[in-house]
Amino acid sequence: MSSGEALLTILGLAFITLLTRVFFVWPERELPLPTWLREGLRYAPAGALLAVVAPDIVLTQGRLISSWLDPRLAGTLVAMLVYLWRRDMLSTIVAGTAAMLVCRLGLGW
Amino acid sequence: MIDRQARLAALARHPEFRRGAREMVGVALGIGAWGLVTGVAMIKSGIGLPMALTMSLLVFAGSAQLAAVPMIASGAPVWVVWATALCLNLRFVVFSAQWRPYLKHLPKAQRARMMFFAADLNFVLFMRRFPEPKPAPEQLPYFWGGVAVNACAWHLMSLLGITLGQRVPEAWGLGFAGTVALLTMVLAMLAERALWLPAMVAATAAVAAYALPLKLNVMVAIAAAVAVGSVQDHLRSAQAKATR
Repeated sequence: MSSGEALLTILGLAFITLLTRVFFVWPERELPLPTWLREGLRYAPAGALLAVVAPDIVLTQGRLISSWLDPRLAGTLVAMLVYLWRRDMLSTIVAGTAAMLVCRLGLGW
Repeated sequence: MIDRQARLAALARHPEFRRGAREMVGVALGIGAWGLVTGVAMIKSGIGLPMALTMSLLVFAGSAQLAAVPMIASGAPVWVVWATALCLNLRFVVFSAQWRPYLKHLPKAQRARMMFFAADLNFVLFMRRFPEPKPAPEQLPYFWGGVAVNACAWHLMSLLGITLGQRVPEAWGLGFAGTVALLTMVLAMLAERALWLPAMVAATAAVAAYALPLKLNVMVAIAAAVAVGSVQDHLRSAQAKATR
């Protein structure tokens, strides 16, 4: 890809990101949505975030991980337990990442 | 100009600005790690320093950047890169529907400026702080407080990643900190029990449909969450009617 093409791609990405973020915020008038969709949409944010997260946890190069001894599984488990225990975001992130690093670098999983 | 500075200073002194910033500090570590990994990925892909910097500053969407970088490096067609980013960013369309009641009274330019900075974590923290969908004066300082921390953590670490490049070993898997940050956000949202089943189904669908091109699996997962949630609502109201 030439640098002109790369720049075009990047400008397009910036535009797409802004477009999706302002989509319903921008119009002056209410965009008509069917009632079922308006009500159903409240389930979407948690689902959408998990859709981004879940493949990063259980897939490697598009394949399901084949062993329970995976640093990311351990990190996820520790993060969930710490969250249930402390309900605090910083300690959850630190504990989950630390558990992943210990398993990966310390135990060589 | 002086007027503008005075307004900015007043905004930054507002107690809600500090609150927004403080609550974001709790997750900034995850953001920072994610920014670092994105910076490293951009520079390692060979798109070059100017392009990496441009991308970091203008796009400001971690997941889309991480997905786009290897595609740009491998010379994928431009439309494929754009379509992939569109699918990944579809969640922001959903978020924007929920942002609307808080922001629709503001001038258009201000709305656009705010939404440029409105990443995942800004959305989740804001909705947790202001569950009721109507505007209030303390919302703006809270929003910008969170943005100040979030954007600084992201850009500083992304620049660091671009600078360090090869010296951050991929084997550490530091991007996982960003994954955990998002996961923590989801766990916070799951305090609402009605979200459990739709969220589980969405996660499973995203993994099962991962082989689809253009990251369409994200779209499948969102559709699955909305469908399961709607059916669940329907069953619950039918049950309520039956027992009455």
